[in-house]
Amino acid sequence: MGLLKGQMPTHELHPETWVDQYADYLYNYAVVRVSDAEIAKDLVQETFFAGLNSAKNYKGDAAERTWLIAILKRKVIDHYRKINSKKGKAEVRMNYSTQTDAEGDWLEEQVADPFDKGGDETIENEELGIAIQDCISKLPKKQGLVFKMKTIQGMSTEDICNELGINPSNLWVMIHRARTGLMGCLNQNWF
Amino acid sequence: MKISCEEASDICNKSQYKEASIWQIVKLQFHFVYCKVCKKYSRKNSQLTSLCKKADLHTMPSNEKEALKRSLEEKFQ
Repeated sequence: MGLLKGQMPTHELHPETWVDQYADYLYNYAVVRVSDAEIAKDLVQETFFAGLNSAKNYKGDAAERTWLIAILKRKVIDHYRKINSKKGKAEVRMNYSTQTDAEGDWLEEQVADPFDKGGDETIENEELGIAIQDCISKLPKKQGLVFKMKTIQGMSTEDICNELGINPSNLWVMIHRARTGLMGCLNQNWF
Repeated sequence: MKISCEEASDICNKSQYKEASIWQIVKLQFHFVYCKVCKKYSRKNSQLTSLCKKADLHTMPSNEKEALKRSLEEKFQ
């Protein structure tokens, strides 16, 4: 599919499908970075709104999702700027540092860096997360949904069956197909 | 004691979510003795489970998604 996309020079926006197609992907990206479900949700919403507002600037040279994730990245950075500047204001009344040998160090240096979460492993897990989300999005819609409910949200078989109006053997057939599909999709790079 | 490959894969999937009984797992292990295809499948299946854990995936709650859809539609029109 990536190959096919690469051959097509332009892309179009389809905002009516954004939530179904990208909400989980963007949300996952945001929640890993801000560690707060509520803020992550708001950032995704802002991203979609910003996407709608600047749809006329979309030139179609990047895939829709790449374009949305670029907007979200900016939103995450803005979010940290906002909270860091609040922190700065609150700390103005305090000493620069309690350590005497660090005298004169700037407050910015003492603020936790949200992106410094332990190097390679984080990057690898992030790539893995993206790869899995990608593969899930290639599954038939209902299979992907059942897989996400069961595996990511950890819902019980009974709850999923009630919510989707299916019986347990349907559910396990879908889980089986989804897992087999994912194994095939992730195969080259991750197994 | 003998089970079909279909049954084996069903037990294998259930055990990924800790929903297989001990007796089912015993039958599955016995199946592996003579069925290398299922054994291989099972190993990959467990790998998939640990990959998903490692990636620490999150999804947006479905009620939030619905709300988001509605507010997007309002803006869209």
